[in-house]
Amino acid sequence: MAPKSKVVGSFREAVADIPDGSTIAFGGFAMPGTPFNLIKALLEQGAKRLTLVGNTTGGAQQPRMPDMGMLVENGQVAKVICAFTAATRPTDTLPFTKYYESGECDAELVPQGTLAERMRAAGAGIPAFYTPTAVGTELAAGRETRVFDGREYLLEYALPLDYAFIRAVRADTFGNLQFHRAQRNFNPVMATAAKCTIVEVDEPIVPAGEIDADAVHCSGLFVHRLVRVPLPPEGLWPTKRQERRR
Amino acid sequence: MSGTKGLNRQQMADLIARQFQDGWVVNLGVGIPTMCSNTDIGDTDIVYHSENGVIGYGAVAAEGMEDLNLVNAGGQNVTLKPGAAVVHHADSFAIIRGGHIDVTVMGAYQVSCAGDFANWKLKGQKGGGIGGAMDLAACAKRVFIILEHTTRDGSSRLVPECDLPVTARGVVKLVATNYGLFEPTGDGFRLREIAPGVTVEEIRAATGTKLTVADPLPVVRPAG
Repeated sequence: MAPKSKVVGSFREAVADIPDGSTIAFGGFAMPGTPFNLIKALLEQGAKRLTLVGNTTGGAQQPRMPDMGMLVENGQVAKVICAFTAATRPTDTLPFTKYYESGECDAELVPQGTLAERMRAAGAGIPAFYTPTAVGTELAAGRETRVFDGREYLLEYALPLDYAFIRAVRADTFGNLQFHRAQRNFNPVMATAAKCTIVEVDEPIVPAGEIDADAVHCSGLFVHRLVRVPLPPEGLWPTKRQERRR
Repeated sequence: MSGTKGLNRQQMADLIARQFQDGWVVNLGVGIPTMCSNTDIGDTDIVYHSENGVIGYGAVAAEGMEDLNLVNAGGQNVTLKPGAAVVHHADSFAIIRGGHIDVTVMGAYQVSCAGDFANWKLKGQKGGGIGGAMDLAACAKRVFIILEHTTRDGSSRLVPECDLPVTARGVVKLVATNYGLFEPTGDGFRLREIAPGVTVEEIRAATGTKLTVADPLPVVRPAG
C-alpha cells in the first residue's frame, strides 16, 4: 500500500495551525532554497511572538523577496537567531537592524557553521557539542570552554525547532526530496531538527516510488507537509539579483 | 578604492591569488577576495568552496545563462567546473571545521601583529554580520586578508592590537594591502613585496606598528 500523501492544497492551509510563540526555521541561502511562498503565507496568517531561525533576516538585496525581516516589520517576531543582524558590507543596511538596535526585537547572533551544527545536533539527538569557532571572541565571553589536545573549544547547545519552512525542486507524496544545486544549503538540516517540516516544491509532486531511493537528498520521514509552487505571478520564484551600484 | 596610492582592488586580489598552490581548496569571502578568482594563475588547479555547500564552482555565469539556484557565498550566479559537487550546510561547515580548507581569503577592518583580525562588527554597533567568517577563521589551514592599508581618515589598519571585536586570534598568515604583501610577526609586520611607485618610508609612516622589510624586497608585478 502506498504511504499516505503529505500534499496540502495551499500555502494558507499549510501554515494555518501554527500557534503564537513557535520556533520556526527558514531554509535558503541568498535566493536558492528560500521558502518565499510559505513566508508570505505566514505574513498573512499572523502568528505572533515567534522565534525565527535562519542565515540572515534578509532585505539587503534588490528586488526584495519575502524574508524574515518582513515578519519582524509585521510585528510577529520576539526573537531571531541568525548569522547576520547587520549586512556584510557596512555600506549596506538590513531592514532588521533598526528593530534590533531599538530593542523592539531580540536577536541571538550565531556563527553560520555553529548555527547549522546546532540544528544538525538537535536532529541527531546530540544535546550539545564543542567547537573551535568563536573562541577568543566576544561571543565566547563568560561561556563554558574546554581544552582538548591543547586547543580550546566553546560549548554550544542543540537548537530544536517547532517548524522548518524549506524549498525543494522535487518531492514525492511521501516527502522524499531532491534539491537543485545551491537550493540544498540549510534545508535538509533544518528538516531533521523540526517537529513539523513544511516544503514548497518547484515541480509537480510525483507518486512515492518515482524518485529512486538512492537519489533522495532528504528522507520523507523528516517531512510533514508539501505544497506545489504555482507558476508566476501567483507563485514566487527566485529572481535575478540586481547588481549593486558602486 | 580610487585615489588610493599603490595597488588597485584587482591587483591586491592578484597578489593573494598568486600565493595559491596547485590542488588547494580555497574559500573566498565577499568583496575584494571574490576577485581572486579572476586572476590568471596559469595551470594552478584550485577548488573553490562556498559556505552554502557548493564545491568546485567556476566563473560567474554569462548574461542570460544564469541558473538562479546556483550561487556562491556572495550571492553571485556562478557556474560549476567539472568535478563539482553540492553538499548541505552542516557538511559544508564540517569541511571547514574539519580542516579541509587550505586557505580562506577575507576582507577585514583591522589586522594585528599577533595575527588577530576584526571583520564582523563596527565600533559601537549592536550585533553585526558574522556569516561563516568565524568558522573559516578558526578552522581553515591558512587565513589571508585583503584590506586597504589605511582608513578613510588615514589611520593604519595594521595595528599593534585590534580595538574592534575580533573574528579570531592568531590566525592570519598573510596580508595584502594597496602597499604590498605583509606577514604578521608577533611584534610587528614584515613587508615581503612592495607595490610599484611606493617607498618603504611611505609605508612605514602609514603603518601603526613596527615594520621590518624583506631583503631583497621584490616589487609587486601587476598582472598583464
